[in-house]
Amino acid sequence: MRCVPASLRIRLSWWECPEMVEWALEFDGISKSFFGVRALSNVSIAVREGHTLGLIGENGAGKSTLMNILGGVIAPDEGRIRLFGREYQPASPAEATDAGIAFIHQELNLFANLSIADNLFIDGFPRLGKSPIIDRRSARRQAKELLSLVDLDIWPGTAVEMLAPGERQLVEIAKALGRDSRLIIFDEPATSLTAAERTRLFDIIKRLHEQGRTIVYISHTLDDVLRVSNTVAVLRDGCLVSTGPCGQYSVDRMISDMVGRRIDQMYPARSTGPGVAVALKVEGLTQPGIVKDVSFELHEKEVLGVFGLVGSGRSEMARIIFGLDRCKDGRISIRGQDATNASAEANIRNGLAFVTENRHAEGLLMDTTVLNNLGLVSLRQFARFGPARILWRSGGLESANRVAGMLRIKSGPIHKQHVRSLSGGNQQKVVIGKWLLTDPVVLILDEPTRGIDVGAKYEIYGIINTLAERGAAILYICSELEELVGLCDRILVMSNGQIEAEFRRGDYQQEAILQAAFSGRGGSKAAPAGRIDSSR
Amino acid sequence: MPREVVLSDHFVLVLTVLYFLLSWVIYPHMAGRRNIANLFSNVWPLLALVIGQMFVLIVGGIDLSQTSIMAVTSVLGAAIMATRFDPAKFEHNPFWGVVFSEQGGLLAGSGWAVPAAVLVMLVVGVTIGLLNGLAVAKLRMPPFMVTLVAMSFFSGLAIYLTRSENIMYLPESFIAMGKGAIGPVPSALLMVVSLAALAFVVLNASVLGRWFYAVGQNIRTARACGIPTQRVVVLAYVLSGFCAAVGSILYSARLEAGRPTLGRDLLLDVIGAAVIGGISLFGGKGKVLGAVYGVLFFVVLDNSLNKMPLDFYSIDIIKGCVILMAAVLDALRTRIAANQVVLVGMS
Repeated sequence: MRCVPASLRIRLSWWECPEMVEWALEFDGISKSFFGVRALSNVSIAVREGHTLGLIGENGAGKSTLMNILGGVIAPDEGRIRLFGREYQPASPAEATDAGIAFIHQELNLFANLSIADNLFIDGFPRLGKSPIIDRRSARRQAKELLSLVDLDIWPGTAVEMLAPGERQLVEIAKALGRDSRLIIFDEPATSLTAAERTRLFDIIKRLHEQGRTIVYISHTLDDVLRVSNTVAVLRDGCLVSTGPCGQYSVDRMISDMVGRRIDQMYPARSTGPGVAVALKVEGLTQPGIVKDVSFELHEKEVLGVFGLVGSGRSEMARIIFGLDRCKDGRISIRGQDATNASAEANIRNGLAFVTENRHAEGLLMDTTVLNNLGLVSLRQFARFGPARILWRSGGLESANRVAGMLRIKSGPIHKQHVRSLSGGNQQKVVIGKWLLTDPVVLILDEPTRGIDVGAKYEIYGIINTLAERGAAILYICSELEELVGLCDRILVMSNGQIEAEFRRGDYQQEAILQAAFSGRGGSKAAPAGRIDSSR
Repeated sequence: MPREVVLSDHFVLVLTVLYFLLSWVIYPHMAGRRNIANLFSNVWPLLALVIGQMFVLIVGGIDLSQTSIMAVTSVLGAAIMATRFDPAKFEHNPFWGVVFSEQGGLLAGSGWAVPAAVLVMLVVGVTIGLLNGLAVAKLRMPPFMVTLVAMSFFSGLAIYLTRSENIMYLPESFIAMGKGAIGPVPSALLMVVSLAALAFVVLNASVLGRWFYAVGQNIRTARACGIPTQRVVVLAYVLSGFCAAVGSILYSARLEAGRPTLGRDLLLDVIGAAVIGGISLFGGKGKVLGAVYGVLFFVVLDNSLNKMPLDFYSIDIIKGCVILMAAVLDALRTRIAANQVVLVGMS
């Protein structure tokens, strides 16, 4: 058991007289409907004090609703919650915090412009006596102690915006520790972390576990869930499908429980191979400090993967090709037509499409309808009256409905339903769908499966295959090596803005690919053994 | 209040009618024929300005320079077409004898005077809007700063050009644009209603309209979708400048003068009517119908306040409070709507 610093003793008062109870958290027959739609029906889950519950389910399965009920954001229609043996009916998020629950969200709730210490004590600064003046020195000291609990050796006066995503996550955890939280909810905490940060996060979770804190761990990364949990609970369509000790679960069982069917082959096969015609050709693409001498050819019906660590220049390269950013040197051509430094508008007309990395920031208009989003790129083709470009009210509705049906977007009437209210997977399908309406020759996808559930991922793989079979050329940028290996005909590995290596299907060695991705990062330049020359 | 009523598009109209009926009880001549005519004559020029402002608000900007565009175009138009300048007022003006003289403005007396003046007013309005738009879109300067500077510069310019004197003696045919009527229909109504109809078609039924909303909701998404975002933003400010010039024509004609301080106190009315009409200051939201309702409410309010035994400053204080209430109400409506969306999203 870890020693708690003296100055935190008072804050951690529960720790001194733990009054251990058997069950930390009991959901008993929780039901909740929204406008007649069942979000949760009769869900009962119990977590022993000091245990870690792995809560899994597809997006829309009811995990967030359950956690929102626990957090006092919404009230259940039926059912009761007992927290540490006591009846618990939170009326507001503040009550949940007071009851000793801390939520650590995927989207961090930190103020980037404030210092670490300010963030840690934002809801209760140490003061000079009873005056309203902040006791800065004491705040810094306590902050330092909290940070040491999560192995973060950074000066507490550092602004949060200076920290890496992983470090921010740790600050968030330190904040939870500072609030004496007895029950800590992690909601997709590892999505934005590097491998090293991930390891650190799990060390800390393990430590919290050893301290006897109760943890609920929610994630789509099923390996992680198996790694940290004692108990697993699977939700599907608002119902508890199965629950039991972690030992009874494997990734395969978790998937089949979540999806309700077996996904025997995670990566569906494609009926066609790469064609001969060159759809996209990039020669010597250079932009100082971003990319250097990138050359490759992408053929029709081909799925070309791009692997690289964050900062390797892969997304930046895609943005340059698409015309959102400029390049200083090099040539880009689409189906033989020069498109170097062309505008995105011109490139779209030439058949280029780009599913951007971050669907919230750059892919969607969250507060408008699915129809408006789907039609965003292809509006012009539905317009009448020449340059006046008048749209009939029904303009594009039919085509958009066809795409929504093809992608199986789960949504109400698409001209009424707002995108914000869709699940992550369905939002991503909308982003892809708006490009399908333009019938692209080359489709660039940047991390299209990030943060979406297994079922939706599988569907997106299927969509990509269908497009390739129909003749589109696909440039697939991804951080999940397994996904690239399963899906692509070729994989390019980028590092430091350069293409380090090329691998062909049948020749995939995960270790070699990873090695290429990490080469050139440590300063010493790796031998360009796998230097790409894709001309056939 | 029931949710449906507060969330309804027509909520402001309902409020306006209720308020009007209440004032009618207290001041019976509110509904008199003369007052109604007066009321509506105040609606048209303000509506022109609010429609222009709406385009800029939708793309997530704000145009504080509209009133100064009015002042500068009012002065320039008058300088072209005035039939006579009073030497007592303009003798010491640096342009005396150059641009205008006792015989009137540049084109005084010519049949082209009024069309040329109107054209110049519109072109100047569009040009100032273009400058605003370019500074915002190309130089990526904050709209607030750009248009604040433009407001200061052009209202200063208008006063400098005239040494703060009103230019009187405008041609009859120009005055008719603001005061006249074609048959029973006031010409101001015709102009502004067609402007509103055009704005309605652009926003509701054209590709351009979708682009305005898309840019206001998320400019990065818009850019990634190949929407020419810079052109769209510039165009919003150009339309705002154009509408300000139309407003200037109507106000100048009604006041029968080129006025360097025209619209000086109007900025609050324009932004206030827009906010009351549900046009979001955060961008991406706004409808022509909302603008109409906002202007109606504002004009009725102003009219009723003028009937009360209040001085000028108290009226401003009350107007400020009402706009504040409208802003609070708007935030409330947004929250109710957002809650509904979030709740649906959890299901």
